[in-house]
Amino acid sequence: MIQDHHWTENDASHRWVRLFSTSLLLVCLIDSYRPTGFAAEIPALVRNAEQQRIRVIAKAKATAVCIFARGGHGGGSGVVISPDGFALTNYHVVKPAGNYMKCGMDDGKLYDAILVGLDPTGDVALIKLLGRDDFPYATLTDSNRVRSGDWCFAVGNPFLLATDFHPTVTYGIVSGVHRYQPPAGTLLEYTDCIQTDASINPGNSGGPLFNAAGELIGVNGRGSFEKRGRVNVGVGYAISSNQIRHFLGYLKSGRIVDHATLGATVATSDDGRVVVSNILDSSDAYRRGLRFGDEIVAFAGRPISTVNEFKNVLGIYPKGWNASVKYRRDGQEFEMITRLMGVHSRRELLGKVQGPSAENPQPDPNPKKPKSRQPEPEPPKQQPMPAPKIPDPATLPPEIAKLVQLREGYANYYFNLENQKRIWSATVKHGDFSSSKGQWLFAGVLAAGGEVQIALEDSRILAQFPAGPAVVDTTLDLDQQTDPEGSGGFLAALHLWRRLLTSGPDKFGELFYLGTAPTPSQPGLFDVLVGTYNVVQETRFLFDTTSGQLVGMEMSLNDTIDRCDVMFSEFKNLDGLQIPHKIGVRHGNQLFATIEVNHFEIKSAKVEQP
Amino acid sequence: MSRRFFVFDARHHPNRCGAANKALWLMLLVFYLCAPSQIPGDDSYARTISGVQPKMVKIYGAGGIRGLEAYQSGLMISRSGHVLTVWSYVLDTEDVVVVLNDGRKFQSQLIGADPRLGIAILKIESTETPYFIRQTSKEPEAGDRILAFSNLYGVATGNEPASVLHGTISARTQLAARRGAFNTTYKGPVFILDAMTNNPGAAGGALTDRQGNLVGLLGKELRNSENEIWLNYAIPMSVLVDSIDDLIAGRTPSQAANTDRKKPGQALSPTLLGFVLIPDVLDKTPAFVDSVRNGSVAARMKLQPDDLILFANDRIASTCKQLVEELSFIDRIDPVTLTIQRGQDLVDITLQLP
Repeated sequence: MIQDHHWTENDASHRWVRLFSTSLLLVCLIDSYRPTGFAAEIPALVRNAEQQRIRVIAKAKATAVCIFARGGHGGGSGVVISPDGFALTNYHVVKPAGNYMKCGMDDGKLYDAILVGLDPTGDVALIKLLGRDDFPYATLTDSNRVRSGDWCFAVGNPFLLATDFHPTVTYGIVSGVHRYQPPAGTLLEYTDCIQTDASINPGNSGGPLFNAAGELIGVNGRGSFEKRGRVNVGVGYAISSNQIRHFLGYLKSGRIVDHATLGATVATSDDGRVVVSNILDSSDAYRRGLRFGDEIVAFAGRPISTVNEFKNVLGIYPKGWNASVKYRRDGQEFEMITRLMGVHSRRELLGKVQGPSAENPQPDPNPKKPKSRQPEPEPPKQQPMPAPKIPDPATLPPEIAKLVQLREGYANYYFNLENQKRIWSATVKHGDFSSSKGQWLFAGVLAAGGEVQIALEDSRILAQFPAGPAVVDTTLDLDQQTDPEGSGGFLAALHLWRRLLTSGPDKFGELFYLGTAPTPSQPGLFDVLVGTYNVVQETRFLFDTTSGQLVGMEMSLNDTIDRCDVMFSEFKNLDGLQIPHKIGVRHGNQLFATIEVNHFEIKSAKVEQP
Repeated sequence: MSRRFFVFDARHHPNRCGAANKALWLMLLVFYLCAPSQIPGDDSYARTISGVQPKMVKIYGAGGIRGLEAYQSGLMISRSGHVLTVWSYVLDTEDVVVVLNDGRKFQSQLIGADPRLGIAILKIESTETPYFIRQTSKEPEAGDRILAFSNLYGVATGNEPASVLHGTISARTQLAARRGAFNTTYKGPVFILDAMTNNPGAAGGALTDRQGNLVGLLGKELRNSENEIWLNYAIPMSVLVDSIDDLIAGRTPSQAANTDRKKPGQALSPTLLGFVLIPDVLDKTPAFVDSVRNGSVAARMKLQPDDLILFANDRIASTCKQLVEELSFIDRIDPVTLTIQRGQDLVDITLQLP
């Protein structure tokens, strides 16, 4: 009973303690007056935690996919990651299924699904479920925040039990992070992956691994089994969500995508440093300064202290992405951004996807070395998989066949075309240049001082820089026309930029959608169209993923000269056309120029007299 | 006890609670604030695991052919660089490398082993490595949650942390209760686990409670010979502590140095005792008996071909060289007790020349 209504200052702390104690007591009382019996003995915190877990699992389970290949060719699991039905699974799951499969979900319904993109090296495939635009979907979260010891759960179709389409949930903890599991040959390599003791069995392949909050942290794909047979022994591996996030844009391109290599191999030196043991002189890394014997200090922002760490970080990046490399030589540190090469040549990758090698992993060449990590071939499967037979679209149901286009190098070219259309329809909202084929005149100043004038025409480009005049004759081969000097071909790049804007993707030349990728001078990812025209080796056009605006280019004139990167910004409207008023130009790792445009005009094209 | 249980314990009758005085509440308040956190949604084992990992080591030694991995797990057990692990073929080489959690590599020295418990103590020249306290206050019971740390499948290399599995103790029982089913010399109590600890390379790993206290040592791979089921088990630390203390303190003769020992004029030898060892072709050829001469002392005491000699008068003599050396210190008129592994049993036989 509280009697004292006139608290003194000296009593204040005692009263605070009393008040807090009373509140604790009330909690105690409330809980003690519950009905007797088992339920009454379960603390509320436990009950709440259990209810929370049930809610999380129910929500996550609704996003899981049970995949059944046509013709009884096995199956596996998957997880939907967008309301319009894009779903992740393993390459080794869809390989026998081809480009069309049936997918059951926890709502008890069976959905048609088509293949979108393949990453055979990383053992990831993207498929698209059809028939809804409101699929329950999982959210990919940052797998670098996953810690050993975190609770997690796997959802999937172990032993293909889900004939009623309701998936199985297995609970466990994260046993290790940043694990490296070597490939079978050069496919199915698991880098920077998550190890879990949640049961991963045959059929779980391709299914999601969630954290305790129900966020997607990985895609389950393999396990260590060895002499235990093909059942779970508490050692499963999931491809990290961060690796998948890097590849997702590539996979949506409908292509068969490749992983990255630096163009150099590394080894541990006698004093324990990670050093370059071999390097290709055709690699971007070599071109930008990396040499044999250099110590790799960091890669893509992550410190490197072991060869495994390097393989781990490298393995989560797609071919053609730019990544930073910090290296040390003679006690001095250097940093550069380099474009990563592909692990395979195009022909090699296609050969492996279409050939039997992935199903017949090579034995460990060094079975006696202490670090005995035998190649784990395809994980969970019940029967040996047959060689893939991609069904001809003609044999597919008509409504499915129109969503499938076969083309060499692509899992499904239909999606590449769709992305090209998507990007261009967004780009032309910033200005339709198709009738602007006259002379384009730029005038401006360089940030470094001096004036510049550029005149772009179909047949030539003339420019005046402080260092002197520059010219490109577009009727000749462009691959050696590097003007202005030191730019890597800035004027040629502008010609290709103008050509794309005025001709559109259909008439530009050879063009395809690469996916999303970063560029050195700007944060974030960009939609990338890759074009080849004239004899220019490659031109990448970068589009803002939200607005569709063409904001940059990366052009390689030929394989001996470093590329020219151009970034467009500070767009201003000119008669309905968005014109960049700031142009940044880089050649290799060097800034060539920043141009502040103060005048732009398009002169009418000359009309040929009959 | 975690804080959730004291707050909601139904035994706190309201009348008793109401009578609690301020001191009691203050005490409870302090306890509440200091008790280990088990907040739902943030009940990851990550903090416990990060505290344990620096005490784990990877061990590389003999083996490397299929089915005999050349690695196992171990844990730091003293301030002075002692490593506890299982006694196995991996240690049958002079070149046993211990890799700490931070990636540092050390050549180790086998300073002792207890064949009855199947444990060995290695020593490395490292004094700054965190280590497990050997004696825990409370032994876990069936139903208690545990964590199992090991380098199963050799997944981790260099400075990569050990793999961690979670589970509960299913039972505390005697391995000998299934005598004959398991091919092991250890017959004592074990924790049966529902975590998949029985994997290549996991032996010698640590079993801890939820707070990261060492409660057991993951045992060598065992398969039930009757039903072919692999057994997930750990040997309780309470069983091992005395032996570990003795091995580290040098109180067992098994690892005492040979200094100050004098060889007799006429010493024992395998030939005198009437048996032949297998050809000594390796650095550490296991002391397997190849043949026994009819009518010899060894034959009378039923020494058999394929017996593996581990100890001579309680001193390690598990290699051909060690056995010959140990016998050379024993006068031919004195008896020698050989500790032998015969199949899954440890057998002591005493041989004395007439």
